[in-house]
Amino acid sequence: MTALTMPARRDSGDAAPRPLPWRRMLRVTWRQERFKIAGVAALLVVLAVWLWIAGTSVHHAYAAVLACHPASSPNCQDLASTFNGTWNSVSYWTIFLQLVPALIGAFAGAPVLARELETGTFRFAWTQGFERWRWALAKLVALAVVLAAATFAFSVLVSWCYQPFLGPNNQDLGIYGNSPLVTVFSLREVTFPAWTVATFAVGALAGMLIRRVVPAIVAALAVYAGLAVAAAAFLREHYLTPLVSSDTNVPGTAWIIGQWWTKDGRFAFAGNPPLNLISKCSFPGGGGPGGKGGGPGGPPSSVNPFAQCLAPHGYAEWNSFQPVSRFWPFQWIEGGWLLVLSALLIAVTIWLVHRRVA
Amino acid sequence: MNVVEASGLGKRYGRTWALRECTLEIPAGRVSALVGPNGAGKTTLLNLAVGLSAPSAGAVTVLGGRRVGSPDALDGIAFVAQDTPLYKTLSVADMIYIARSLNRRFDQAYAKARLDELGIPVKRRAGKLSGGQQAQLALTLALARRPQLLVLDEPVAALDPVARHDFMATVLAAAAADGVSVLLSSHVLTELERVASHLVLMSRGRVRLAGPVDELLATHGQASLEQLALHFLRETETSEVTR
Repeated sequence: MTALTMPARRDSGDAAPRPLPWRRMLRVTWRQERFKIAGVAALLVVLAVWLWIAGTSVHHAYAAVLACHPASSPNCQDLASTFNGTWNSVSYWTIFLQLVPALIGAFAGAPVLARELETGTFRFAWTQGFERWRWALAKLVALAVVLAAATFAFSVLVSWCYQPFLGPNNQDLGIYGNSPLVTVFSLREVTFPAWTVATFAVGALAGMLIRRVVPAIVAALAVYAGLAVAAAAFLREHYLTPLVSSDTNVPGTAWIIGQWWTKDGRFAFAGNPPLNLISKCSFPGGGGPGGKGGGPGGPPSSVNPFAQCLAPHGYAEWNSFQPVSRFWPFQWIEGGWLLVLSALLIAVTIWLVHRRVA
Repeated sequence: MNVVEASGLGKRYGRTWALRECTLEIPAGRVSALVGPNGAGKTTLLNLAVGLSAPSAGAVTVLGGRRVGSPDALDGIAFVAQDTPLYKTLSVADMIYIARSLNRRFDQAYAKARLDELGIPVKRRAGKLSGGQQAQLALTLALARRPQLLVLDEPVAALDPVARHDFMATVLAAAAADGVSVLLSSHVLTELERVASHLVLMSRGRVRLAGPVDELLATHGQASLEQLALHFLRETETSEVTR
């Protein structure tokens, strides 16, 4: 049994002490997390190929509409309805794509600490020479940066794919003109990485607190859902004070927050006119209200046809809205608070790792 | 020098004290055994000494008065936890790489040579190794750090007799040849007979007896470590029950 009693000689060449720079922890993170990083990359590549194929056909249909003159000719109307038809499928993807930042963030973030605590390997990792708060900081920040970079690249593709539906002149062509402040707003260049990193940070903290991988993933997804709903339903419209206008010609790319009517300068009612007022309006040709530019199969424009017929009765329509020029400020506001939140959550997680008691 | 010094050390989980009023000194250059039944507080004491947990009462220092968890203390102490946790999905080579990257001092040549001699293939995943091989890998990673103090929590509890023997032989060789101080816990008494020269006997969260093995045997008139331990553990059990 000589092999087993081989002596360990102190300070023999290879064993001389060396400093412990941060980059050593980066290499450790890569060794440990490379399969996870590869998994995220593979998922994004598959989705990217699919988006690219789908986006190409959308762009072709859009280019055909743009190139067609005059816009009112039957030929052009056909092209417009072909383009509008693509929206039906594309709008379904939005729901699916919405899950991507949540899933990536939760599956990448929750196991970072929960796996160590669940399998007991924290007893190995936290008793090495690298102090454990540095271990946690390096690992969480490195993963967050990698995720942010990967999801940013993906979000550029998402933006490209949806761009035709967000064009400022779409209304005039009788095709879908959505507000970039609403459609895929949380999947754009700033918000997509920010939501991913925020979910990652929630997952990491949940893993530290719950100490089990699967419940931590579920918790991260639940918190993401809560935050996403809160942002979309309550927070986002208040990022900046909405503009108010009685000009009925609010562009289709604006995000209309509220609508109300005044009669002779006083508030009359909110939303759509009641039936007794609608009966005062008569619409030529088919009877239904069809706004200007609302081509066959196209969406109604934001110009309310009632405004024109009710104006002689003393009624005026008011809109509060966020103009499309606020798209980037809104992106940075949402990205900003999400990144501040992520930084806080990561800081709390590191503090818990530092303080934690086994 | 004492490798571990505790005074009034206590650890509470909720309302239960896992360790109470622990005052002791573990001398350097020895193999010290922490003995006691399951739930005696052995793991709690070791976790406090390696900095995996923080005391609820009292204080503990290591390696001659250094703060637990300080960079110096981390550098000087290698810990092999119960059931030798390893990253099971990573290869042996990856484990070596990680241990080397996370420590100021790591003798890679030693680690490779020892695993070679043990016949542990570096390309194999850690989770695919036998229990004995996993324990040997964990021990190798710990010894390659060239620690002043090696802390082992129930190192051989899950091993078969051959693996147990081989493991303890390595520990003893490191202690004898390199002057590594060893602190190990165990509830199996027989294997400690030939290795331990310093004994700490624990039960129900308290230290019952501590000192050099030969002195303790002489004072208490017991022939072997096993008899001494059994004698004291029985005594404390009865006194706890009758109290």
